[in-house]
Amino acid sequence: MRHIISILIENEAGALSRVAGLFSARGYNIESLTVAPTEDPSLSRMTIVTTGTDRIIEQITKQLNKLVDVVKLLDLTEGPHIEREMMLIKVKASTMAQREDVKRLSDIFRGHIIDVTSSTYTIELTGAVAKLDSFIETLAEHKIIETVRSGVSGIARGEKSLHL
Amino acid sequence: MELSGGEILVQCLKDEGVEYLFGYPGGAVLHIYDALYNQEGVNHILVRHEQAATHAADGYARATGKPGVVLVTSGPGATNAVTGIATAYMDSIPMVVITGQVATANIGSDAFQEVDSVGITRPCVKHNFLVKDINDLAETVKKAFYVATTGRPGPVVVDVPKDITDPNIKIPYHYPETVQMRSYQPVLKGHSGQIKRAVDLLLSAKRPMIYTGGGVVLGKGSEELRKFVRKLGYPITSTLMGLGAYPASDELFLGMLGMHGTYEANMAMHDCDVLIAVGARFDDRVTGKIAEFCPHAQIVHIDIDPSSISKTITVDVPIVGNVPDVLQEMNHLLESDKKTPNKKAIDDWWKTINSWRSQQCMSYDRNSDKIKPQMVIEMLHEITHGNAYVTSDVGQHQMWAAQYYGFDEPNRWINSGGLGTMGFGLPAAMGVQLAYPDEVVICVTGEGSIQMCIQELSTCLQYGLPVKIVALNNRYLGMVRQWQEFFYENRYSHSYMESLPDFVKLTESYGHVGIRIERPEDLRAELERGFAMKNRLVFFDIVTDQAENVYPMIAQGKAHNEMHMSPHCVPPQDPERELS
Repeated sequence: MRHIISILIENEAGALSRVAGLFSARGYNIESLTVAPTEDPSLSRMTIVTTGTDRIIEQITKQLNKLVDVVKLLDLTEGPHIEREMMLIKVKASTMAQREDVKRLSDIFRGHIIDVTSSTYTIELTGAVAKLDSFIETLAEHKIIETVRSGVSGIARGEKSLHL
Repeated sequence: MELSGGEILVQCLKDEGVEYLFGYPGGAVLHIYDALYNQEGVNHILVRHEQAATHAADGYARATGKPGVVLVTSGPGATNAVTGIATAYMDSIPMVVITGQVATANIGSDAFQEVDSVGITRPCVKHNFLVKDINDLAETVKKAFYVATTGRPGPVVVDVPKDITDPNIKIPYHYPETVQMRSYQPVLKGHSGQIKRAVDLLLSAKRPMIYTGGGVVLGKGSEELRKFVRKLGYPITSTLMGLGAYPASDELFLGMLGMHGTYEANMAMHDCDVLIAVGARFDDRVTGKIAEFCPHAQIVHIDIDPSSISKTITVDVPIVGNVPDVLQEMNHLLESDKKTPNKKAIDDWWKTINSWRSQQCMSYDRNSDKIKPQMVIEMLHEITHGNAYVTSDVGQHQMWAAQYYGFDEPNRWINSGGLGTMGFGLPAAMGVQLAYPDEVVICVTGEGSIQMCIQELSTCLQYGLPVKIVALNNRYLGMVRQWQEFFYENRYSHSYMESLPDFVKLTESYGHVGIRIERPEDLRAELERGFAMKNRLVFFDIVTDQAENVYPMIAQGKAHNEMHMSPHCVPPQDPERELS
């Protein structure tokens, strides 16, 4: 089962490697991992997307909690939540037909063209993982030059939150 | 009081009450060593290899319950210490290891003797720190001791760059009395509802079993455990790490369980209907085949580390908490509760257990013309009246020491259980002997293991440590040989030790006493002669039977009721219990 685990971790050198090292040492999967400081600069927020049986997920949350730098942890998939990922995608767009079609598809997906050259468009698109995947599929007839995905960020819906 | 970083470190250790610092100097820690010069309070023990510094600190910690402290230099100093750090980590031993580091400005430049100590040790420490500012130094040391000694204990590394200890930079010194960490708050008290459930389950048991581990020793829970077991009158077994927490000589104790556990302990595990695991972590050497582990049992598990619970074996009543606190609450409930154990069922259960016991699984050939290793250990027990501190290395001798010494007190059996580190025994014995100069400290070892840290004979001379080294010399890496006999059709690939040194001469050249014992009839007299030399290190090179195996044995991946038994034990009377 796919789980999205959010953690608040001390914003210290090496904190990321402790988490990444834990996953590799114990053979857990990481689908994506994002990290950045929060409004409190002494804390970082990390979102980890992982897969495993209930038993493995239980161990993952326990092992993460055991890391001395981890302050708090929440498995977002245990309740209603929102997940978003951002993608930057550079597509070949040299002919008029290509430019029109890429622009049309980007609009349908509510993407923004954020950079234009005579031969390329770069599109910014935000959404759940499945939406980004299907945008890439939709571009099958075009030449994708480059994609960059941020990995998933998530937040609980409603009153529930992960804070100190 | 204004102090330099080096002086701050030394002063922190004094304020922390550190008696012994095990270390080895080098470039990156010279400022610290200068601060150690001509001071009193912290006694530095100069080892001969950094691995030994960590093992000695580890042995000290296991025997005293206080954290072991180590000081090594950067680069090879730190990497040599890693084996000892990992050893402590696997057995949850409180330890603070200070590693020197190249100056802050040189970090990352592949400087001389630079290694990423924080990175290298990360997977085998409870936590580690890199000190980047002298103003953080004292608080970091305080945090290191706090983290190492609280919750589930473990080693903590503090990496200190050379410029932080610069004698020319002085700041006001203040050692914090306490430390708060928002990200680290270990739980002590168990959940009362869960404790009540566990007690009810235990009282309803017909075939109960108590399985204890190193957590009882580490948590100082031996006294509460004894009350608990005696109140219930239930059978108890222990892991390798928990030996001594409950007295081996007590009738309720079934001996060690697991791969080399007793027949009665393993059979009782297999047949029990309620199991309570106390400070034990269901290690693979204990459980055997997971799918057939305690197939009929409901399981209660007390552990201070939530991640130990349901890691390999799913349990029915988990209790996160400190062993003595939880057991104390259970004991209160047992006293106040009107319910008592099911006497009839428990009597029947003991009858079954006693029938297993009658097989005398620990029998061996006592009339051999070769020295039997089991006999050596039994004799050690007699000569020392069971009061010695016994360290060991890793292999057959370790199992025999665990099986035949019969520990009645905690903190007396000191061995590398989790990591299985050969070379542990002698330096660990040094740490124990320093902590208890008037006690008898024995290092039970083999001719293979002892050579992994033999250089420490020199340290023992320098500090006058009268450790008694008992080498069961069978000219084989015995446990490897045993597995090759059982599972590799006697193909003894590289398990034979040729060109052994003359251990007597070797010991003598280090300034100690060596005694070689070759015949069973000389064993007692020679051991007694050596043990009478109270102030000398004595190395007993004992030529033992090469073919002897450790029994009983559960092959890896087999269940508790599938044991290889010694050919000398009483054959089973119940044909349905026929052994594999």
